Amino acid sequence: MSRLRTEITRLSAVFQSAGAIRIETDILQPANVLLDLYGEDIRARAYVTVDPLRGEQMLRPDFTVPVVQWHMAESAEPARYTYDGPVFRYQDGDTKRTAQSEQVGYEVFDRGPADVIEAEVFALFHKTLAPYGLTASTGDVGLLVVAIDGLTTSDARKAALRRHIWRPSKFKALLRRFSQPVLAKTLGAGGQQIGLRESFDVDERLVQLADEAAAQPIPQMEIDALNDLLEIKGSLLDALTQLQSLALRLPVITSAVDHMLARLTALRVAGVDVSQIGFEAAYGLTAMEYYDGFVFGFYANQAGWPAVASGGRYDALARILGQGRDVPAVGGIIRPEFTVRLLEGDMQ
Amino acid sequence: MIKLGVPSKGRLMKETFAWFSARGVRLSKSGSDREYVGRVDGVAGVELVLLTAGEIPRELAAGRLDMGVTGTDLVHEKLANWTDVVAPMAEMGFGFADLIIAVPACWRDVTCLHDLDAVAARFRAQQGFRLRIATKYHRLVRQFMTAQGVADYQLVDSQGATEGAVKNETAEAIADITSTGATIEANHLQILEDGLVLKSQATLWHSKLAQGDCSALIEKIGIAP
Repeated sequence: MSRLRTEITRLSAVFQSAGAIRIETDILQPANVLLDLYGEDIRARAYVTVDPLRGEQMLRPDFTVPVVQWHMAESAEPARYTYDGPVFRYQDGDTKRTAQSEQVGYEVFDRGPADVIEAEVFALFHKTLAPYGLTASTGDVGLLVVAIDGLTTSDARKAALRRHIWRPSKFKALLRRFSQPVLAKTLGAGGQQIGLRESFDVDERLVQLADEAAAQPIPQMEIDALNDLLEIKGSLLDALTQLQSLALRLPVITSAVDHMLARLTALRVAGVDVSQIGFEAAYGLTAMEYYDGFVFGFYANQAGWPAVASGGRYDALARILGQGRDVPAVGGIIRPEFTVRLLEGDMQ
Repeated sequence: MIKLGVPSKGRLMKETFAWFSARGVRLSKSGSDREYVGRVDGVAGVELVLLTAGEIPRELAAGRLDMGVTGTDLVHEKLANWTDVVAPMAEMGFGFADLIIAVPACWRDVTCLHDLDAVAARFRAQQGFRLRIATKYHRLVRQFMTAQGVADYQLVDSQGATEGAVKNETAEAIADITSTGATIEANHLQILEDGLVLKSQATLWHSKLAQGDCSALIEKIGIAP
């Protein structure tokens, strides 16, 4: 058995002894579900192939979607799963990264206290990866979500900001736009009615644009506080102190900061040395689009490597796939090709 | 012998022939006008290869052509790592075309990408699927949309008559090349103010993978290598 195979089996056994059932999913996935969930960007990363009968199919770009679907079909809760196998991503213009790579994952669907479940998953990864000398980074997208909800502005503007949380440059552009008086807009000249979008929708949005033109800018104090939030970075303990002091200026984040504190306590109970863990409020906003709460990653000090492991909470994605069924979901993956290379490095 | 790839028909071929002719290199189709075999006079050691403009990027990238004439749009679209495999030698001053994003003119509320993004969100909520943009320039448009922060859209493939896609209800918007904008307007569409994806023109490219010695041709037509 190759070293990689041995490592995959070992990691899978670790997750199984933590209570996970090992499941298998198809490599070939229907493209429409993934496209609807991730949008056009997934086409720039996933291998798409066409079957004359079944239509577009994709080589599994990750396990999240098939695992959540498996869970929704089985529906027993609480549930813990582990899985292992290849995922496929093409690297447009980057020929150095491999298109096929292995993942071993652990996912928890459990309605228990959110902070305890998050701590359980993180502690399991932390303990499993302890021998490799990695650096752990964490974040919490939930802070940004509550901060947006608390802004003094219209629901339409809040929705626009929430929609672009995972596109930081667009998010910043929107914040700038909403912090200034609205510039008068020259409307289009109009023309013959064509296409599926009906004229009432154009009229409705013209009314919305008129409302928007009269909207007050978001107070500068709130913009500053939100930008300060995005800048917070440091050790977990340090970041928590910064967030507690920011909460005095931005009281809406208090509930999310309390949640962080509860998670910190749960991490300690689970035996994690929290002094060695990093925290960044903006962590995971570019690379981890479907996570909407606690997020984490483990990094080796090697140029050009992806995270050796990563994960987090993705309730919103599970809700969409559940078609109305609400299932809290936390999980993550380890990239065994990289843990193996770290092991080999040790032996030299 | 080096191989020079040139578009095999139409205006692009004629203008390419004229461009080389003005620099002392006479390109012509040998035999009948229907035959895709060419000849080169005025410089030795150059073989003319006639093929469609869309295939020239691939042949340059593979090193089967030493030099070739095709649009910037086609090279950027078809070669993900184009800077690694080809080098632009000369912009030729014809075949100008802009790759643009256009939406129905009846969308009076949509004049820029910010509006398009907002309408894409509404459209998806109402229709249950993502707003469709018809194009054959998938990579370029996707990169542009990502950089500009447009979400909730999908690309649908259209290899021709793209301007008609909205009227035919196979798409809500289009991304296509235009030189004067006349076809866009005739199909009841309007170009977004900030919807310019790429400015393209016919360009002479050198393949970084080809082995041939192009110096005689380069010297004859008088371009800096």
